[in-house]
Amino acid sequence: MNLRSSVDIITEWDIVAARQLGRNEAKDVGFGTVDQARITTAISELARNIYLYAGKGNIEIKQIAEGNLKGLQVIASDKGPGIADVRKVMEDGFTTSGGLGAGLPGVKRLMDDFKIETVFGEGTVISATKWLR
Amino acid sequence: MNREIAIYIQKNIDKILERWKAKMEDDQDDRFFQIMSDQVIDTTVREFGELMVSSLTASEETYDEKLKDFSVQIVRYGWSITFVLRALNNFSEVIYEEMEEEGSLNESNYKSFREVLTNWITPLNQSVVDAYSKVWEKTVNLQKIALQELSASLIPVFDKISVMPLVGTIDTERAKLIMENLLQGVVKHRAEVVLLDITGVPVVDTMVAHHIIQAADAVRLVGAKCMLVGIRPEIAQTIVTLGINLTDFTTTSTLQRGMEQALALTNRAIVEVNVK
Repeated sequence: MNLRSSVDIITEWDIVAARQLGRNEAKDVGFGTVDQARITTAISELARNIYLYAGKGNIEIKQIAEGNLKGLQVIASDKGPGIADVRKVMEDGFTTSGGLGAGLPGVKRLMDDFKIETVFGEGTVISATKWLR
Repeated sequence: MNREIAIYIQKNIDKILERWKAKMEDDQDDRFFQIMSDQVIDTTVREFGELMVSSLTASEETYDEKLKDFSVQIVRYGWSITFVLRALNNFSEVIYEEMEEEGSLNESNYKSFREVLTNWITPLNQSVVDAYSKVWEKTVNLQKIALQELSASLIPVFDKISVMPLVGTIDTERAKLIMENLLQGVVKHRAEVVLLDITGVPVVDTMVAHHIIQAADAVRLVGAKCMLVGIRPEIAQTIVTLGINLTDFTTTSTLQRGMEQALALTNRAIVEVNVK
């Protein structure tokens, strides 16, 4: 199974588009309303980070399967400035934009698997997966 | 040369239009012809032909007016702009082919003919694109205004109690508007308690939460109390998981319960009246 779709994030309204896509995909996989809300919120955070910090990037949403497990993977990639200190951004309350600083640690808690790959000055790829239980 | 082409088109309009129609239908994307009735196609095709002729012969003013009417009509038909531009190009192509077949073109006038065609089609393309984008701009602007009207209004429900129902996505622009309307409304209606109803907000992420917290803080500064109502169960769970701290203000699941609490806060209650 390899169902994937993606949304380019350029304007603030693309965040809504990414989120909508995520919700539909999550429904398609069979997630309940609570998990749908979790996934959409996570996508919203990731897309907003792209919009705020990198300017533009891409959100890819993939339906994946591992053995009997079905899940949804969200990959947020950008060629922005990268993250200087990954440990720091994963701390609750750390923010460089005056926000709540709950975005990335929040996404980690909302999803099951979470991975950041970032090269300072070259860009960031964040992938987060939610498994259907 | 202009006149020559115009006369030629006028004389052979049926033949040209037939061929043009066939050419358009041959193109892969012929759904426009499928969804429209023959009659509509026929009149539009004819109008199109007339417009093309008048663009060669008529004075600039009548032509501009005609082109405008024509564009508006096409927009109303829902033709895509790519389709219309292709139609224009195909039209000039057909004329060229027809005239060549008929033998009206020869070495000596070929070049000037080509020139006339280009000088004719290019501004036509431009004005069609222009007309289209104007219509779109207008639509987008109107929708923006319509959206703003729905955006965030503070409704006085009882003396000292106001409600702001939020429906739809909250972006930065709307968040600003919410804040402004909220504060102005609180002062204007002399509200003591404001209920922010987020039943209709699909996603509450950290940005939305941040704006709500800021709005609530600002409301506190002008001397009122802000309550967050309409928190659906799944939203409650995501807020907790995100680690957003909303302990500073009262929250309830529905507007109804929020209203009861607001009445209690202002030392009032709704009681049933005994009918004698």
